[in-house]
Amino acid sequence: MVISKAPVVSTREIHENIFLLEARCPVVASQIKPGQFCNIKITEFSSPLLRRPFSVCDVNGNSIYFMFNIFGEGTKLLSRKREGDTVNILAPLGNGFTIEGDYEHAIIVAGGLGAAPFPFLTKKLDGKKISTFIGGRTANDVITYGMENIQTATEDGSLGFKGNVVQLLKNNLPEIKKHKTRIFSCGPNPMLRALKEFCIENEIECQASTECAMACGFGICQGCPIETAEKDKYLLVCKDGPVFDVRDVII
Amino acid sequence: MSVDLSVNIGNLKLQNPVILASGTVGYGNEISNFTDLSKIGAIVTKSISLKPRKGNPPQRIVETPSGMLNAIGLANVGLEVFINEKIPFLREVNSTVICNIAASTIEEYVECTKALNDHDTIKAFEINVSCPNVKEGGLTFGNDTNAVGRITEKVRAATGKPVIIKRTPNVATISESAKVVKQEGGDAVSAINTLVGTAFNIRTRKPKIFNVTGGLSGPAIKPVALAKVLEISRNVEIPIIGIGGIVDWSDAVEFMIAGSTAFQIGTINFINPNAGLEIIEGLEKYCEETSISKLSELTASYQI
Repeated sequence: MVISKAPVVSTREIHENIFLLEARCPVVASQIKPGQFCNIKITEFSSPLLRRPFSVCDVNGNSIYFMFNIFGEGTKLLSRKREGDTVNILAPLGNGFTIEGDYEHAIIVAGGLGAAPFPFLTKKLDGKKISTFIGGRTANDVITYGMENIQTATEDGSLGFKGNVVQLLKNNLPEIKKHKTRIFSCGPNPMLRALKEFCIENEIECQASTECAMACGFGICQGCPIETAEKDKYLLVCKDGPVFDVRDVII
Repeated sequence: MSVDLSVNIGNLKLQNPVILASGTVGYGNEISNFTDLSKIGAIVTKSISLKPRKGNPPQRIVETPSGMLNAIGLANVGLEVFINEKIPFLREVNSTVICNIAASTIEEYVECTKALNDHDTIKAFEINVSCPNVKEGGLTFGNDTNAVGRITEKVRAATGKPVIIKRTPNVATISESAKVVKQEGGDAVSAINTLVGTAFNIRTRKPKIFNVTGGLSGPAIKPVALAKVLEISRNVEIPIIGIGGIVDWSDAVEFMIAGSTAFQIGTINFINPNAGLEIIEGLEKYCEETSISKLSELTASYQI
């Protein structure tokens, strides 16, 4: 874990209200793994006060990339960062996706901005058969940047399958069953809950990247609990996650 | 010129007045990746209770203008795990440890203090009588000056180590309870704990944190905290550990001028976990620039 003042290379709007920020940060770029995150202090001032957590979207040489939408004051300021500006990055944080293991088929399941960590994962899944399922409410919510072999689902039917992404996945079950599969997922909680049920029913390994409001990102504020099978204690999203085996947590 | 940064709280001598506040450093292990705990004046552990506490469900934290609300709910590992698993690490990193204790009965405060009293690593106790986020733990005591007096008296009797009582700002006159703490043999008061606050989501009309209300901290509370420190300083002769929104050395100087012997930094640790060491450097420089040879001269040096 390091704290690094990273120069911004560029910020681009790659999709309606979806931004991609590139920052030069060799020390983090060389260490970070897909699914891990960075906690970013956007300005030097006390408002916005806290760092903002962002999963790493991609790594290329000395550069790291973050994908985000404008949600509040912090992300609005971040979207205006230009070459010559800096961001203060605390990273790498948390446990990322486990790529290693005995499986042939990697399936990525993303909902909305849950697509953010997958361009980097896709790169690192070298040699595996990859299928990507991306869902959103409408075509506007479907972000396909940096991913491959994509099927899409939208609730209003404006793009791809009409329905949710887990239903789309169910329709592909016979094909999925042909290989030893591992699912990597990130998205809204209702999607992750439905996906968890589907994976347990069909005995498919599934890792999910979870989300919770947090302050520090490394375990001292205790702000981001997640319920587990063990009733008398929580795990922390920042330190024990954010990626969990879906069987280990209650989403 | 070498500057003497040391301060005394009761019979506890700290190498400098920078203390990391309870609940913002866990038990030291995570933050030690970013900072050298042996150089910090002291660290205060996350509140320890007799039995482990799970804490509140999410959402526990929300940012507010120049501050944050938290309702963690005293999540902690409990006395036994603290002794067996956390104290050894704190000893190893050579940190001056103040143990914060939370309880729901006076007996529980005493039992925890006694159980920890023999551990050399623990140099002092900070008694949390002011957690705003659990129903039975603290705030009910914190609002009752008589109860604060009884707790101070009983804990005082249980240990020869310095006893610091952490005070809530959520009372009409904070100096009244500081008087009681002094009368009952407390060595210092730390002030202030967080201010009760809340925030709503305007779409769902629901509170942003599960507990409905939380404790407000960060730069937003600094002026309130300074006024409370000043109030105690002008009315009671007792060492004050100032707390509330300190982010840099200049804030720390302000707290000392207002009456603090030492001070705690909290929310800033989440943003800059090395802030404590940076503040120490800043204080040294400030003393050199203003020809102060002993930092403790600053305490209560207000010109009013």
